[in-house]
Amino acid sequence: MQLQKKVLSNLITGIVVATITSTAAAATDGKIKIGVLADMGGTYADLCGPGCVIATRMAIEDFGGKALGKDIELVSADSQLKPDIASSVARKWVENEDVDVIGGLVSSAVTGAVTQVTNNSKNITLITGSASNAFTTSACSPYIAHWTYNVVALANGTVKQMVNEGKNKWFFITADYAFGHALEGVSMKVIEANGGETVGTVRAPLGTTDFSSYVLQAQASGANVVALANAGNDTVNALNAAAEFGLTDYMDIAGLLVFTPNAQAMDPDTAQGMRLTTGFYWDMDDQTRAWSKRFEALHGAIPSMAHAGAYSATMHYLKAVDAVGTDDSDAVMKQMKLTKPDDFFARNATLRADGRMEHDMLLVEIKKAADRKNKNDIYNIVEVIPGNKAYNPMLPSCAF
Amino acid sequence: MATFLGINFFALFGQLLIGLINGSFYALLSLGLAIIFGLLRIINFAQGAMYMLGAFVALLGFKYIGMNYWVALLIVPIVVGVIGVLIQRFLIRPIANEDHLYSLLLTFGLALMIQGLFTHWFGSSGQSYPVPDALKGGVRLPFMYLPNYRAWIIVVSVLVCFSTWWMIEKTKLGVYLRAGTENPQLLQAFGINVPLIVTLTFGFGVGLAGFAGVMAAPVYSVSPDMGSNILIIVFAIVVIGGMGSIGGAILTGLGMGVVEGLTKYFYPEASATVIFLVMVIVLLIKPSGLFGKNA
Repeated sequence: MQLQKKVLSNLITGIVVATITSTAAAATDGKIKIGVLADMGGTYADLCGPGCVIATRMAIEDFGGKALGKDIELVSADSQLKPDIASSVARKWVENEDVDVIGGLVSSAVTGAVTQVTNNSKNITLITGSASNAFTTSACSPYIAHWTYNVVALANGTVKQMVNEGKNKWFFITADYAFGHALEGVSMKVIEANGGETVGTVRAPLGTTDFSSYVLQAQASGANVVALANAGNDTVNALNAAAEFGLTDYMDIAGLLVFTPNAQAMDPDTAQGMRLTTGFYWDMDDQTRAWSKRFEALHGAIPSMAHAGAYSATMHYLKAVDAVGTDDSDAVMKQMKLTKPDDFFARNATLRADGRMEHDMLLVEIKKAADRKNKNDIYNIVEVIPGNKAYNPMLPSCAF
Repeated sequence: MATFLGINFFALFGQLLIGLINGSFYALLSLGLAIIFGLLRIINFAQGAMYMLGAFVALLGFKYIGMNYWVALLIVPIVVGVIGVLIQRFLIRPIANEDHLYSLLLTFGLALMIQGLFTHWFGSSGQSYPVPDALKGGVRLPFMYLPNYRAWIIVVSVLVCFSTWWMIEKTKLGVYLRAGTENPQLLQAFGINVPLIVTLTFGFGVGLAGFAGVMAAPVYSVSPDMGSNILIIVFAIVVIGGMGSIGGAILTGLGMGVVEGLTKYFYPEASATVIFLVMVIVLLIKPSGLFGKNA
């Protein structure tokens, strides 16, 4: 009995100690250390993997390599797209290795796990690859800056425009996890608000290779648009199946989240004319081209929007550190929200109080094979969507 | 439309046919695995990587030397088979007398390395391979549109599966192969080069994965993780069919394709798990698999 009590009290002490350490404030040691946590070898590696590390390093170098009078340090790790691994890396970084800020972050499940750690430890996260809008709504925090894009911007771009063009009956092929559900839900609201209707949905497990069965269901649904609420290879595979089964002959396909490497992987004859929303396109103007060429020389491929976002977010963070003269998260974040991000990526941008980085989004169209000058020449820009029209309005409870 | 109890039969037929197409593909993939396990007792976790390699060799051949699909269908299995022969000869043979776990771990590690290298070289996003001109287009059936290439998959898979089964079960070569597994010493005493047979069988099994890779290239995006995605399913199929039963693997492959197809129609969320559910049930009721002999 005595022994049990002792064990129990030790356990409680342990829990209390663990809680105290995990809520301890981020180290303000005057040295900036940036951690990039991304998918180094998995499905999303081309979207935000080694490329996000390169982009972050470019920002550090462009900034001069030093902040607060000391060299800026960069560390990186592979999240393996597993929330438990990502969360333990993040904990190790902020608790034992004095990492100030964590960037990269692709897959909303991974990001959710990481922000739970960093919100507690009061470290800033610069989310550049994930899509869920939860990070600035239901799971918002004073320490999150969500860059690049989110599901609302995707829906407000692609879906709204297509409904307004008379494509009013939608069928969803949705990735069966948090991101897919969020994208589907937000898109349905946009469809309904603009007078269209959703005639059916099907939830396909992540990593499905053969989409023909779902394509057949879409065919039987009577819809005039099939929306792909998935990402990466899932989108490419779904599109291929749609083309193969003749769906593209009489239905429009809307790829709700397409990154440049995915667009390049699509057969141009199948994908031509497909519209999508992106936070960045390398060939938009001289500024984007100049940065993208430098990036391409280091990475071997043109940047995705997550890569460009990683650069932009890091740069904005470093400028804020420099302005306030400390690495204290509260002071830095306050400064980040006070000044407007402005670079080749962030156009007409502002970092809102809820941590949402609002900037111009692009509605683009995939080019025909005949119109492409080279393998990187993939989009025509159809429309620039102003940030305040693209993103969700701020929740009062998240206005930090 | 013909509906009964809320089920649209036209749609159901479509799903059944798609299930058969996928099933014939599963059969083709599990065939190689079943041969390697059934005859050589090697649990080859690199089979998925070899399938991916097949698709990539076809793609790179097409991109850089203009090798067309039909040539790829002949050449690629040989290339991948030779790689298999090398793997067997230099990596697996030295540990052939150890526990099965050693070859399992070796091939698993090998698979991870190959996949990692391809991700490093070609990125993770996948690339597209064109459908050959002769197989473009499709036929409009009363209940669905059947692309020619999918029909081709059924025909080829059934042909390859049947002839492999026939070769192993009905010909003299097959007798040697099976005898080499049952009693290698005795067969050696008859003057047959058993180690050579083992190496060639492994090469053949791996070559089949390469062949499946070429077949898959025009319909699925060619990416480094395409093999690891499908390998686990194929393993489950081999387990359900009965480890080592060639005919069992073929029939189970077809059957599981249909089961999966129906699940995609009635309850798509479970389509990734249904095969494993069947596996659990089969293992509980008949641990040696549907067509397996009791060990």
